[in-house]
Amino acid sequence: MSSDAKHAADHGHGHDHAHDHQDPKWYSPARWLFSTNHKDIGTLYLVFALIAGVVGFVFSGFMRAELAEPGLQLFNGTAFGGFFGDEHNYNVITTMHGLIMIFFMVMPALIGGFGNWFVPLMIGAPDMAMPRMNNISFWLVPVSFFLLILSMFVPGPPGNNGFGGGWVLYPPLSGTTGHPGLAMDLVIFSLHLAGMSSILGAINFIVTILNMRAPGMTLHKMPLFAWSVLVTAFLLVLALPVLAGALTMLLTDRNFGSKFFEVAGGGDPIMFQHLFWFFGHPEVYIMILPGFGIVSHVISTFSRKPVFGYLAMAYAMVAIGVIGFIVWAHHMYTVGMDVNLKAYFVAATMIIAVPTGIKIFSWIATMWGGSIEFKVPMLWAIGFIFLFTVGGVTGVVLANAGVDHSLHDTYYVVAHFHYVLSLGAVFTLFCGWYYWFEKMWGVKYNGMIAGAHFWLMFIGSNLIFFPQHFLGMQGMPRRYVDYTPAFEQWHQWSTYGYWIAAAATIVFFIGLFEAMVRRRKAEANPWGEGATTLEWTLSSPPPFHQYNDLPRVR
Amino acid sequence: MLRGAWKLGVLGAASLVAAGQSWATPTPGGIDFQTPATETARRVQAFHFEVLIIITVITAFVTALLIWVMIRYNRKASPTPKKFSHNTAVEIVWTVLPVLILVWIAKGSFPLLYEQDVMFNGEQVPEEQVVDIKIYGNMWYWDYTYNQNTDQEFVVESRMLRAGDADRPLDTARGDIPQLSVDYPMVAPVGRHVRLKITARDVIHSWAMPQFALKVDAVPGRLNQLWFKVDQPGIYYGQCSELCGKDHSNMPIELWALPQQQYDQWLVAAQADPANGGRAYLDSLPRPGVTQLAAAE
Repeated sequence: MSSDAKHAADHGHGHDHAHDHQDPKWYSPARWLFSTNHKDIGTLYLVFALIAGVVGFVFSGFMRAELAEPGLQLFNGTAFGGFFGDEHNYNVITTMHGLIMIFFMVMPALIGGFGNWFVPLMIGAPDMAMPRMNNISFWLVPVSFFLLILSMFVPGPPGNNGFGGGWVLYPPLSGTTGHPGLAMDLVIFSLHLAGMSSILGAINFIVTILNMRAPGMTLHKMPLFAWSVLVTAFLLVLALPVLAGALTMLLTDRNFGSKFFEVAGGGDPIMFQHLFWFFGHPEVYIMILPGFGIVSHVISTFSRKPVFGYLAMAYAMVAIGVIGFIVWAHHMYTVGMDVNLKAYFVAATMIIAVPTGIKIFSWIATMWGGSIEFKVPMLWAIGFIFLFTVGGVTGVVLANAGVDHSLHDTYYVVAHFHYVLSLGAVFTLFCGWYYWFEKMWGVKYNGMIAGAHFWLMFIGSNLIFFPQHFLGMQGMPRRYVDYTPAFEQWHQWSTYGYWIAAAATIVFFIGLFEAMVRRRKAEANPWGEGATTLEWTLSSPPPFHQYNDLPRVR
Repeated sequence: MLRGAWKLGVLGAASLVAAGQSWATPTPGGIDFQTPATETARRVQAFHFEVLIIITVITAFVTALLIWVMIRYNRKASPTPKKFSHNTAVEIVWTVLPVLILVWIAKGSFPLLYEQDVMFNGEQVPEEQVVDIKIYGNMWYWDYTYNQNTDQEFVVESRMLRAGDADRPLDTARGDIPQLSVDYPMVAPVGRHVRLKITARDVIHSWAMPQFALKVDAVPGRLNQLWFKVDQPGIYYGQCSELCGKDHSNMPIELWALPQQQYDQWLVAAQADPANGGRAYLDSLPRPGVTQLAAAE
């Protein structure tokens, strides 16, 4: 992607924006509370996602510690002065872990964080199309997070606090039968707010990408990350209102006597599952598509070679987005669906493997014939390709309803979706983090620490999740606080893996603080000739307002 | 070849039995399915094994490609990058080839699905020869209704055994397995077509039996059906597989598959005193399973 945006870069270059009297000071509360600057809002999203991610990660530590051996270690009502509560509280922790990681870590980081930061920079726009709506999009998220955390401390089922019905929120467990208390209502409000935030953000991205591309940048010249966010935004706008509808029905069932999902009144709990997964399946692509975009840029940059099959890459994402809407009931093979309906969902689900395969092979073809440099972002990208392949092929196994009857709701499924999300989406997240670290923060990270972070995380997360395939094959069900001793061995390995991943997380923060303290001055483009997108034509960090003269793309 | 590999697995299982290890439960360190106990489960596992081979080859292939490009095209080995970014032929190949592989998988997948879901795999079994058992999921136990809608109808309630319980504490010396054994198990005859009708009274549960490759949700207001025909007497275990609240982990399924004659005797005993679920009669039997399987070999 060539451009003559040099003067825009020159404009920003050499100005430390903290010294520019027109820019608000970094410590001014007004700068963050009232921010309409896409880069500041991106930063807010990233900081928020970091905090929420730590909470979600600690919660998974509680689970792994509990599952390290059979019997109840933490969630037995007495350990640590009863701090952890009983088995119900274990369910609360798994539920919160899922909701936090999805709605408050991966989505804010990949879409809100990197999307806000780099979509305008990459398409040559001065800011998002609706900067003030961007502000409310962000500030709804912490409020929503507050409600979710609050739900853990108010009554849920009789005699206990919090909602422990899983992130899928199936009634009747999430209805008055299972959780008559206020906790579930708070979860509903929380997700309503998070959904609104995402819909507003998605509208903003669609309008920005469709209207504010630099002169000469046609859709077919647009960087793949912008493509990925565009597709993601459409998925959000189409999927989230369905979740909002289902949640509203659940809310009125709980509080105003409607009977959408209540059998006694002629309702059907399975209808909620259909509505939920009509949102829920596109949701998993919402989490992974921006990562696909990031990985494409990183692979191309460090191979010094243009992305192989650019158009196929873009339209593979569109295809994944479209097919993602017609496969939802493969999450529901065991609810008692008609066999012909299952057969349809088997076929539709397997088709997704085709565009996904195109992407995997195109990334490898991008590297083929290149001149590959193994900088830290590239390590994460290559790690991602391998791990996503492993997670993808187990998805093909699960697509077959005949086999899924055995594996549904076992640890095999847990292993599968953590391979594509915890080792897929999260790896792309760190990939983008190190790729754009200098660009965003204006300082360099320490390559040794970042490399250690990668290797610890790679080993740790594989050790957590690979043995879970075995557990699932052996029949270990999901969401179990206790298990029969035969499952102990692989659970133990899994917990060891968690400690390695925890060490990786500590190393990550050490790297962050090291970079903060050392303040090695960033280059505008540290990656050399392979980095061809517009953000590398700007200073690091970019000026508070960029592209006063729009770059032109030939 | 695949068939041969499957036989190898059976041999392995048989040797486990010979070694006196428990065969009907999850195995410590096990990495495969539990031993199949019905024809359908065997076919499910054989099909899974085929798919497993395919996905292993694909993963190995992608990994090999990654390693190759990292060795051949790193900065040292390949200082000047090539500039190509298209190759129509190879793009067609990596689109069409996966489609063909998927079609091949689907060819095995659909018959398997219909075999499980169509009652008795389409076989016409006279109604009077079908064994009907109705299953209710409750928070947090299962109950099994036998002879439903006849004057011999009775219900057995089935709760997990715990170490500290007063009436029937968990006793591993007796062969009880923590988190799997129950006080009054479900009982079914060997070699008969058994039809399960499954529903729930409160929230959604899920009745699962790994060795039969069966799992279906117990949904309030909805009647789901399953069928099986088990080949060997034995004690088979499953666990609730849909999150149902606090004691989700504590409502296992224990199924005794007995020869017809013993099953009939159990029916009489259990019907006479459903609260004790024919437990005394079951306890009087040698525990089915290891011995029977060894005898069958």
